[in-house]
Amino acid sequence: MGARLPAILKDAGLTAFVAAALGIFIVGFRTIDIGSTRGLSFDYEFVDLAIAVATVFLGRLGLQLAAAGQRLPAIALGVILFVVGVSPLKMPSTFLHWFVALGGVALILRGMWPWAQAAIGSAGASPRGVALKQAGTKWFGWALLGGAVLMPFSPMADQKTMDLGVLILTYVMLGWGLNIVVGLAGLLDLGYVAFYAVGAYAYALLSTQHGMGFWAVLPVAGMIAALFGVLLGFPVLRLRGDYLAIVTMGFGEIIRLVLLNWVDLTNGPAGIGSIPGPTFFGATFTERAPAGGQTFSEMMGIPFSSNHRLIFLYYLILALALVTHLFTQRMRRLPVGRAWEALREDETACQALGINPTNTKLTAFAVGAMFAGFAGCFFAAKQRFISPESFVFIESAIILAIVVLGGMGSQIGVVLASILLIGMPEWFRDLGNYRMLAFGLAMVLIMVYRPRGLVAHREPSVRLHPADPGGGR
Amino acid sequence: MSHPLIEVEHLTMRFGGLLAVDDVSFAAWPGQITAVIGPNGAGKTTLYNCITGFYKPTVGRLTLREGDRTWLLERMLGFEIGQKARVARTFQNIRLFGGMTVLENLLVAQHNKLMRASGWSLLGLAGVRGFREAEAAAIELARGWLERIGLVADADRPAGELPYGAQRRLEIARAMCTEPRLLCLDEPAAGLNPRESAELNQLLTSIRDRDGVGVLLIEHDMSVVMSISDRVVVLDYGRKIADGDPAQVRRDPAVIRAYLGAEEGVDA
Repeated sequence: MGARLPAILKDAGLTAFVAAALGIFIVGFRTIDIGSTRGLSFDYEFVDLAIAVATVFLGRLGLQLAAAGQRLPAIALGVILFVVGVSPLKMPSTFLHWFVALGGVALILRGMWPWAQAAIGSAGASPRGVALKQAGTKWFGWALLGGAVLMPFSPMADQKTMDLGVLILTYVMLGWGLNIVVGLAGLLDLGYVAFYAVGAYAYALLSTQHGMGFWAVLPVAGMIAALFGVLLGFPVLRLRGDYLAIVTMGFGEIIRLVLLNWVDLTNGPAGIGSIPGPTFFGATFTERAPAGGQTFSEMMGIPFSSNHRLIFLYYLILALALVTHLFTQRMRRLPVGRAWEALREDETACQALGINPTNTKLTAFAVGAMFAGFAGCFFAAKQRFISPESFVFIESAIILAIVVLGGMGSQIGVVLASILLIGMPEWFRDLGNYRMLAFGLAMVLIMVYRPRGLVAHREPSVRLHPADPGGGR
Repeated sequence: MSHPLIEVEHLTMRFGGLLAVDDVSFAAWPGQITAVIGPNGAGKTTLYNCITGFYKPTVGRLTLREGDRTWLLERMLGFEIGQKARVARTFQNIRLFGGMTVLENLLVAQHNKLMRASGWSLLGLAGVRGFREAEAAAIELARGWLERIGLVADADRPAGELPYGAQRRLEIARAMCTEPRLLCLDEPAAGLNPRESAELNQLLTSIRDRDGVGVLLIEHDMSVVMSISDRVVVLDYGRKIADGDPAQVRRDPAVIRAYLGAEEGVDA
């Protein structure tokens, strides 16, 4: 160890130098506006830079020590960093506190990792561990579901959390819908948000102009979206991979541009407002009942609260998402579901086995689009106002990122990825400007450590030896 | 002998200036193994791709016959040849559904039958008894084939994890699960060791004798070709140069010339 210390110090110094060289222009200088007459001036933030570079130096030192087997010094360094980070010491910004503290935590974790790994390894190998693991994978989904059902009644369910819950569940549903197209059938679709838009506009137009209710439009919106799925499906049948992705992306843009420019129908960029919300057996969630109607609070005989609407929306999207999930799970076990997966694996072999690739692809597009249509219908009823701005390309990209990050084809992975991708930017709000930086870092870390997605395990749709969950051996 | 199972007449396949298959005619009979051999680049795989619908032949007729029914393969879409005429094939480079389990591979092969039973998914979603019975029957058929190729214990493993020889056998079993009239095998013995090669011989003869399926076989391994084929068709430079039983073909001077080169050193 003694002989390696200089090398480790040199390496840490080099890392710190790189950090300083990179940071000097990004962190070290800042342009400030000093009035219109005198233009811009520089402000120097070398204290920030020095703290950051020192953290990088100590962090790298700790990592190298841990890699050399010196776990205790590494952990000690981590503890020091953490304590400095959380201490009331005056640093120029809160972000630096976070940066130093999180660096310390990372270092402590790295130092303890070999022990944790050994412990997990031995626990996982013991018979009780194996049983626990199987029970864990079996019950994890149910635990998540139970948590989701009970969430509105927990003390943490303020309006902000409930709003976030509804948002996350909407993306879970969209992710599950896209999982059929991308995860199962292997058709890379970058224009999924188009079907979401079709469902949303279907409800907005049918409810505001023809007075149709949410529950009547819901299946119609799904069907119209499915129709658009088939329409998109036809021209792209012969395309694969990148080419398919480009054309579907174009389709998504076409729908958005049509919504933007067909002012007579869609009211263009001004959008459609005062869309009625969903009803609960005919009861509305407003303070005063519409003529001839009834409000939810009157129906239940409880005082009015604006929270009721939110809780109702939460359970509504939870139910819609669960329907999507159950439907997909069922389809996977049907011949058409297996044909989707076979198509993803090898289209040529499918054709040789007499499987009609056209029909199989079209059903995947249609079913995936249908669920986006349902979700869009819900979205319009929740927002009460929609405009083309809600259906931009980045939405498709986020939904696709959820599917890919979750692990293609994995249902539980979509849930975890939605919580991370939609929830994380909210939780990181305290970081201010550095929010997206932290978000990006988290994404990079996930893709480095789990390149095939969070949940890469594929459960066979049918087993010949059901008693043996180990996979036939 | 009864009428042939498949009749290939004047088949020609041209890729731009290259004549890959040039006016080839031959026939294969049900319950027989017909081998198609020839040096590399003789047009064997192109011939297969024409028969199984991956290429549209430039000229020629491909007639599949069973009883009074006939199918003109050159007029059918690629997947219809598997679905309606029931011509199954394997590939030179194995094309299994690697991420799916062995059993799932065999169930995908029974897709069309199961689709009908599941009422194009509507009855299947409702979980009607007819569909569950059909699926159980499909699993039984798959189990039967797994027993024949010795992979019952591996049924729930991803097909891509199997050793090479097992993947070759599984691909043949998958083709047989489509319940074909004609089975086209493209170099099934490539890369097999002598023991696996002998097992393959057994499997192929049992497919011929037990299942009564006509087999068309492209193969370079002469020990396989000569010991199990009933008929051998020899191609060279896209043309048929010999056609007959194995002993006859082995003595044919044109075949010897194609494989060993002409005695006077002039290209044939």
